[in-house]
Amino acid sequence: MSDKVLMKGNEAIAEAAIKAGCKCFFGYPITPQNEIPEYMAKRMPKVGGVFLQAESEVAAINMVYGAAGAGARVMTSSSSPGISLKQEGISYIAGADLPCVIVNMVRGGPGLGGIQAAQSDYFQAVKGGGHGDYRLVVLAPSSVQEAVDLVQEAFDIADIYRMPVMILGDGMIGQMMEPVEFKAGQRRQIPEKNWATTGTGGKRKKNVINSLYIEPDVLEKLVFDRYEKYKKIEETEAKYEMVNCEDADIILVAYGTTARIAKTAMKAIREQGYKVGLIRPVTLWPFPSEAFKTAAKTAKAFLTVEMSTGQMVEDVKLSVNGEKPVYFFGRTGGVVPTPAEIIERIKNISGGER
Amino acid sequence: MQKVFQKPKSMSDVELHYCPGCTHGIVHRLVAEVIDELNIEDKTIGVAPVGCAVFAYNYFECDMQEAAHGRAPAVATGIKRVNPENIVFTYQGDGDLASIGTAETVHAAARGENITVIFINNAIYGMTGGQMAPTSLLGQVTTTSPYGRNPEIQGHPIRVSEMLSTLDGAAYISRVSVDTVKNINNAKKAIKKAFETQIQGKGFSLVEVLSTCPTNWGMSPIEALEWLRQNMIPQYPLGVFKDKE
Repeated sequence: MSDKVLMKGNEAIAEAAIKAGCKCFFGYPITPQNEIPEYMAKRMPKVGGVFLQAESEVAAINMVYGAAGAGARVMTSSSSPGISLKQEGISYIAGADLPCVIVNMVRGGPGLGGIQAAQSDYFQAVKGGGHGDYRLVVLAPSSVQEAVDLVQEAFDIADIYRMPVMILGDGMIGQMMEPVEFKAGQRRQIPEKNWATTGTGGKRKKNVINSLYIEPDVLEKLVFDRYEKYKKIEETEAKYEMVNCEDADIILVAYGTTARIAKTAMKAIREQGYKVGLIRPVTLWPFPSEAFKTAAKTAKAFLTVEMSTGQMVEDVKLSVNGEKPVYFFGRTGGVVPTPAEIIERIKNISGGER
Repeated sequence: MQKVFQKPKSMSDVELHYCPGCTHGIVHRLVAEVIDELNIEDKTIGVAPVGCAVFAYNYFECDMQEAAHGRAPAVATGIKRVNPENIVFTYQGDGDLASIGTAETVHAAARGENITVIFINNAIYGMTGGQMAPTSLLGQVTTTSPYGRNPEIQGHPIRVSEMLSTLDGAAYISRVSVDTVKNINNAKKAIKKAFETQIQGKGFSLVEVLSTCPTNWGMSPIEALEWLRQNMIPQYPLGVFKDKE
């Protein structure tokens, strides 16, 4: 028998982080992610960890920088407007090659936007929301259980590659309750943090955490070296789910909450005889391009569904590379697409052909 | 041959990039001497700012982190909370600490964050070429207050030490100057006291050091020291503003 507990997405993510060895959490209140800092405030003191409510998202991410530089597993969470504020710090963390985990429970935007679920921060997360040439590994859970599993994965990837990793959820993933199991899964080999600023102890040369390089040649080499690392991540870390794609004429593409709705639509319309499949990217960066190259050989068209005006669809188009038409359907501002709307679009695209 | 004068162990051999007559070098040395005397160099982590002292991570011979502009107290908070046994200090200028980093400074002090802040107040942005700082004096001509700082347009200079001393979390707040040998000796005592405050776990400590910027003030080093005495000290009186027992 498995030990399943019923938990809210935000709380499950917080608990998963603690189980993954997160020692420090720096947060700031913003809806719809407040249960993460609240859970951390309760639990961290009991497990010998640090919870601190910072004076701003800007301060929180810089506390993350300091703590990551000191060698701790550290996490922060926020939602869209707060993540915008963190971008400066995220760029510095990437530039200083520091590992950390950032959770974004996306809400509608731009500006103050709304507080309901959205996916309109895709570009910001995947294309580099801060300044400079850098990437985040971006993980997009579509259930509370997957969120829990990906938190462990996020900390490991961050440590292995010395880079920030983002969990890109949405208000729905954060707020909904589902049964979860905290599996003591296989841990990956984590390299020693001999670069951390913990004091020399009189035993080694000083360590410096820094992203400033005045000489263009030196900076260019560092950025290119980092891109070699990114290339390796693209080759080895891409994750996705493919359902019913073998015989599919139309393949739905969706991540996170939207993927669940797309799956419901796919099941319903298959019963009507339409051959529809689904590709669900789990890593948004690296984007699982391979899945699309394979699927483009047999599918007639792709339909990307997002809670945005169309952001991931650009990566889908790049991956399909003109082989087949790529359509888009999106709701935004906190409006969640329905299976019926998706079914209607599929029928429009197929022209009623099954 | 007997050595009668040497650089502190906690300063590296890297040549300082500061302008002639700038007092950053003096303050670096005082901090390094204090670290040596307290024998804490192997457990000290410094946080460098953005501004003239941006390369401080090259000059101090201890673990260092380079922070974004104004964020040093937040970065120091992260370091200290992970390893409370470390001694953590920031080294920041007036633009960094009193303008863009005001929130981080005030809240680190309010939390009683057990870190030490060395605050260089030279009433100007040095690195970027002499723009108005939050601490620029009324009437002071800078590249962004070319007609002199006018309180009706640019507001008033901020007295950081007085402001922070009102916070319960602040344990030791002192303003010193490095314009004379006597004042340099006092400055060193204050810096030592600030580090001792942290070692004793009393909370937030800050030493504001009145400094010169001959290059951007458009003065010779000697004129700059005189200008500091005539103009800065009256606006920013020296003394201890907080000393929690």
